[in-house]
Amino acid sequence: MILNELLSYETLRLVWWVLVGVLLIGFALTDGFDMGVGALLPFVAKTDNERRIAINTVGPVWEGNQVWFILGGGAIFAAWPPLYAVSFSGFYLAMWVVLAALIVRPVAFKYRSKRDDPRWRATWDWALFAGGAVPATIFGVAVGNVLQGVPFHFTDDLHAIYEGVWYMKFLSLLNPFALACGILSLSMLVMHGAAWLTLKAEGPVQIRARSIGSIAALVAVAGYIGLGLWLAYGFDGYQIDGDFVTDGPSNPLHFAVTKGGSWMDAYALRPWIAIAPIMGVAGGLLAYLGLRAGREVSTLLASKMAIFGMIASVGLTMFPFILPSSTDPRSSLTVWNASSSHLTLFIMLVVTAIFLPIILLYTAWVYKVLWGKVTDTHISDNSDGLY
Amino acid sequence: MEFGIVELSRLQFATTAMFHFLFVPLTIGLSIIVAVMETVYVMTNRPIWRQMTKFWGALFGINFAIGVATGITMEFQFGMNWSYYSQYVGDIFGAPLAIEGLMAFFLEATFVGLFFFGWDKLSKIQHLAVAWLVAIGSNFSALWILIANGWMQDPVGAEFNPMTMRMEMTDFWAVLFNEVAQAKFVHTVSAGYVTASVFVLGVSAWYLLHGRHIELARRSIAVAAAFGLASAFSVVLLGDESGYNATHSQKMKLAAIEGMWHTEAAPAAITAFGFPDQEARETHYAIHIPFVMGLIGTRSLTTEIPGISELVEQAEVRIRSGIIAYDALLTLRAERDATPQAVKDTFEQHSADLGFALLLRKYIDDPRQATEAQIKLAANDTVPTVWPLFWAFRIMAGLGIAFIGTMMYFFYRASFKRMQFPRPALHLAVWMIPTPWIAAEMGWFVAEYGRQPWTVDGVLPTAMSVSALSMTEVGLTLAGFVIFYSVLFVIEMGLMLKYIRKGPFLEVAETEAWMQRHEARLVGRRTADPIAVAGE
Repeated sequence: MILNELLSYETLRLVWWVLVGVLLIGFALTDGFDMGVGALLPFVAKTDNERRIAINTVGPVWEGNQVWFILGGGAIFAAWPPLYAVSFSGFYLAMWVVLAALIVRPVAFKYRSKRDDPRWRATWDWALFAGGAVPATIFGVAVGNVLQGVPFHFTDDLHAIYEGVWYMKFLSLLNPFALACGILSLSMLVMHGAAWLTLKAEGPVQIRARSIGSIAALVAVAGYIGLGLWLAYGFDGYQIDGDFVTDGPSNPLHFAVTKGGSWMDAYALRPWIAIAPIMGVAGGLLAYLGLRAGREVSTLLASKMAIFGMIASVGLTMFPFILPSSTDPRSSLTVWNASSSHLTLFIMLVVTAIFLPIILLYTAWVYKVLWGKVTDTHISDNSDGLY
Repeated sequence: MEFGIVELSRLQFATTAMFHFLFVPLTIGLSIIVAVMETVYVMTNRPIWRQMTKFWGALFGINFAIGVATGITMEFQFGMNWSYYSQYVGDIFGAPLAIEGLMAFFLEATFVGLFFFGWDKLSKIQHLAVAWLVAIGSNFSALWILIANGWMQDPVGAEFNPMTMRMEMTDFWAVLFNEVAQAKFVHTVSAGYVTASVFVLGVSAWYLLHGRHIELARRSIAVAAAFGLASAFSVVLLGDESGYNATHSQKMKLAAIEGMWHTEAAPAAITAFGFPDQEARETHYAIHIPFVMGLIGTRSLTTEIPGISELVEQAEVRIRSGIIAYDALLTLRAERDATPQAVKDTFEQHSADLGFALLLRKYIDDPRQATEAQIKLAANDTVPTVWPLFWAFRIMAGLGIAFIGTMMYFFYRASFKRMQFPRPALHLAVWMIPTPWIAAEMGWFVAEYGRQPWTVDGVLPTAMSVSALSMTEVGLTLAGFVIFYSVLFVIEMGLMLKYIRKGPFLEVAETEAWMQRHEARLVGRRTADPIAVAGE
């Protein structure tokens, strides 16, 4: 292959860092509101028809939205195999819980309204609640742990070993900082779900969604600022020591890394990245105002801006780290030493450059076809065909 | 055999993968059958075909939900339970999985919602396009998964990089157009088509036996028999192609399936029946059919197919060569760019056998210190347990032939006997419903169990591929999956049966009324003033 020399290894690594970020943010922006609606379901909708309105606002689209997550996982596997290997095996039981939630959710959507029995429906409603709230929380907990560094090391032949006995591996994830991050991510997605319901529903469902959502937006903004300060003053950052090459072989053990300084040093080094936290806070506040005022489209856009800013700020703050090791900093994964080969990154970029725009086009078309409110009469008229 | 973390992880993978594959073939096949039915509806404008589309589409939807849910497990599981595998071959294996998401899964998942909820919002042609996009998405999905799996069977287009301690891709086209993968793809989707055809045939036969939904059932049988007949031929032919490929790429798997303990003079006989004995390396009470094996496997009268004993001897040679590669690798790893050229050359010469040295890891940490006895043991480990492969293959192949026979019969009755089906034949069709699933599971068993002791044939032993986890963790998640999946299975079967008993939602007359409303709505949308439309 000569073609892949068109782009340097360094450029490709940077591009893939951006692309994985785009996919994960794409997941939070789309499947995020599905999960938010799930988490809101028992609280915004009381009668069966109300529940069905809420569920059917996401009914035709959640399946496609979820692919952002699956694709995010696949892209991490293809672009950063060591990250995929360490994080999925290291967060083992937490991953299983996410998996369980993601298995229950599709089934709950499909099967909930296939029987009339109220107990059958109530059970699936709680499954939808868990399928939304649990992953939304765990993703935040995971990010909270990544920011602190995770206890793992590589052997010389790059076997990833995660430190600790099995239950401690799980329980130590649930530290105060990480749990607070979990609450942040949950409130962020609840805000997003409420913004979606404001757009797609009307009547009591919309009114309740707006009042819960505006509280969630405030919690998200306050939590984000608070956690930022906690991170700045409470935890060490990581840095690469000495000279390193950005186009060398992808072997995490080739870099010298120490723990020290602050993650916030990144803002001194690259002041422009402050745009991300500013977007996060401003978006959250605008979403709050929008929910209070009952604005529909602009609230959803503000909520999207908040999510984009908050997630992007994590990646930008940590750059070039993607998964630091707290017990053996040398094993830390960075953009420059944990990627796939030059050829694989190039091929994946070509495929993505072709298909991602196509995906965006047809997804936009589907949303356009489905534009409009899900109403009470719509549910009654199509009772057999809807969720 | 000692039951440790490797065996437990394998059990978990086998359980979740085989469960997932209860739903995949029906999704693959039924998506096409439904799209075909809708095509007929759009072309003829006859309500019965819309009724059929909606009815089989509803069953498709119930099946699809669990197929998607259990598929997520598969994607997570490589990282969770097989982290060294993911690290070691992720550079090659990760790419097709990610491309599957981009090219196929996104398509099918985005449009499946519109398929169910878009009837009122789309024109007939638009909805038909959506149905086909779902079908194309499902089938392309299989393509990329089988490219990934094909690479595990025949790892072309990649080589080991000592600097990164992993396999890296050297030729994407080789991975993409891997003959093993291509044959497996057509074989697998054809198996999906057969599964869906037998399902549609069986359910329709049940309606005919009970005198219900006669019009729907007869037409469905006509579609299923025609589609099923072509697919049944395809599945058997491409299965044969896979066997032919295995003669080059996976000689040991082929020898084990056939219970061929020793090389025979070409053209070799096939063992139709017998009881393989691993210890004695012979098959008791064997019934041989002369020449057939040589013809299928090599498509020649003179090429020999190596037997298990001879392959073990070859493995021993490769283990010794692999030890030399391993020794050079340690120098390369320590010295990096300062490694003497002679060592680099040595590694280059022997690196293709590196995986064979890793087979010794089961017995000793440093393969260079292995004793003669350990080398013999490792060489012997390259033989998978023969009898399960031998039998699973014969059950699968036997069912494959039975599908051709059944489909030919129903195709004949549907085409030339005015769709009159004798009751015993209808009973048979109902009883046949589970058989394609049995054949498909047997097929995967042969493919994956037959690949042992490797995860990637000749490259990475299964014993080395697992994550550093405790038995408790893997045991807990396995127990969780089993409980969880059992509940889902009961629920899904319950709903499937409920919907089959219930039959189509709308009678033909109601469907016709809907069609008129829909027509009026579309005309209205084009001509009426926008305010009136908004009120609709």
